[in-house]
Amino acid sequence: MQPRFLRGFWKLTWLESKIFAREPMGFVATLIMPLLVFLVLGRAFGVTRPLSTPDVEIPFNVAIFAAILIAVSAVQSLTAIISIYREGGILKRLRATPLSPVTIMGAQVVVKLAFTVISLTLLMLAGRRLFPGVMSVNVFSFTAAVVLSTFSILSLGFVIASLVPTARFAQPIGAAVLYPMLAVSGLFFPVDRLPRALKALAYLFPTTHAVALLNGVWDGSGWAAHWVNVAALLVLFVAYTAVSSRVFRWE
Amino acid sequence: MPVRSPPLAAEHHATPGSNIVVNPVIAVSHLGKRYGRTVAVDDVSLEVLEGEIFGLIGPNGAGKTTTMECVEGNRVPDKGTISVLGLDPQRDANALRQRIGVQHQEAHLQKRIKVWEAVDLWRSLYTRVVDSDTLLARLGLESKRDSWFMNLSGGQKQRLFIALALIHEPEVVFLDELTTGLDPQARRAIWGLVTGIRDRGTTVFLTTHLMEEAERLCDRVAIIEHGRLIEVGTPDELVQKHCPERTVVFTSDDANVAERLQGLGTVERADGTTSTYTIRGAGDDFVTDVINVIAREGIRVRGFRTEIPTLEEVFLKLTGHGIRD
Repeated sequence: MQPRFLRGFWKLTWLESKIFAREPMGFVATLIMPLLVFLVLGRAFGVTRPLSTPDVEIPFNVAIFAAILIAVSAVQSLTAIISIYREGGILKRLRATPLSPVTIMGAQVVVKLAFTVISLTLLMLAGRRLFPGVMSVNVFSFTAAVVLSTFSILSLGFVIASLVPTARFAQPIGAAVLYPMLAVSGLFFPVDRLPRALKALAYLFPTTHAVALLNGVWDGSGWAAHWVNVAALLVLFVAYTAVSSRVFRWE
Repeated sequence: MPVRSPPLAAEHHATPGSNIVVNPVIAVSHLGKRYGRTVAVDDVSLEVLEGEIFGLIGPNGAGKTTTMECVEGNRVPDKGTISVLGLDPQRDANALRQRIGVQHQEAHLQKRIKVWEAVDLWRSLYTRVVDSDTLLARLGLESKRDSWFMNLSGGQKQRLFIALALIHEPEVVFLDELTTGLDPQARRAIWGLVTGIRDRGTTVFLTTHLMEEAERLCDRVAIIEHGRLIEVGTPDELVQKHCPERTVVFTSDDANVAERLQGLGTVERADGTTSTYTIRGAGDDFVTDVINVIAREGIRVRGFRTEIPTLEEVFLKLTGHGIRD
């Protein structure tokens, strides 16, 4: 007999993928927008370019920025879907079947990860073609880092999805958490230069560690050199998942 | 699974204990549930018998849905014991889900899920399932197989939810406010389906705040208000017990009709206008008495009808207010 978790899992995952692909806006926002941002910014400024601040120069990497956008939009999409499903009683209806709660949520996560990989693949292909020489990064390593990051950010998304009262609040509350999270993630200026309190906060966000890891993969220093960030992504994943499993509401 | 003999008429109500020995498939005793300080269900005990349509009726917020969800195992009660098909809805949740079908109040599915996809997913979750084409045809959804959920009408959505509740040939089906928000035509179509479910041998436990629906569908009803059960019985029994009043209305052009009717012992009033007479009385014999007097007196009657109180009036009498107040 198959484990209870697998009952209906692949069918639900495939079904949710099809349903997501039928959603014109969600599809564009999560798959096309990060790619467009990458292409437009990459064309205009080059993929890597120093962001100059008065006394320091930090490399701004458009590819990493776009990869993080892919992860974040996956989280926003997940938050929105869960709150819409909850409000419409869809979660409640699914729960009244033999589907296990883990299966219902797991299918959503797999769909989001799958679309993250697709989106990232498109980005890498476009990058290799349009910016030859620049995108010499190891594709598998980069993709693995993005998937791990997405996983960790998704767990934060579940906390947000647990807390938003209605579907109408999902977008603004999600944005209120995710955009400041991007701002302090080290994409735009070094985390070290943040005020002490903000710096502490930044390390509680998975994006900060994701950016550090992706930078490491990009410049070739690799996973081993960034084991602290990998560990942090995993610890945050466990912590956020534990929180959301306690506060999650099905209806 | 026991197959019930078809009912004698559409309005047939089963009388418990009449022909076959019926076992309770649902037994609830002293059920209690509160949300914060609000008591939703207070000491509710009831039994649902095999093969019947049992209706839990009462106004919105009376505790119908909470009671039903506790019985289904989708809500954890604070107090009391529940047995469904001999199983504990909490402890044996997985085993029970294979044997009961549910339909939630105001439920939705994914906007862009196709009808066949929903049926296909549901079929994959149960060990014993019916053929999907046959089921969709039975519910009049065969032409909607490829439609998105969001493009279905209210009645079609409800029929799809009934299909999903029936996909694994459950022994008990729970229907929560099945026809709320539907137009009268769609409502009647759904009523036909529900009696069909019962006639195939499945026990139906439903909630409704529509007294007409309860009267048409239910073999037995329980009236719930403010979380407490106030009465249980067949609709006929409840009407007989609480509202024995009967009214006969007829039209006649004959003279002195009102005087000739005064002899009826149970007449409350005979206030005729020009030619319409309304006679009020009580008891099972009242209508017969009126007919006998009319026949004896040779009154020529152009139209004749009787008015029997409905569950709506029973509810009003028991609670002191209407169901929609």
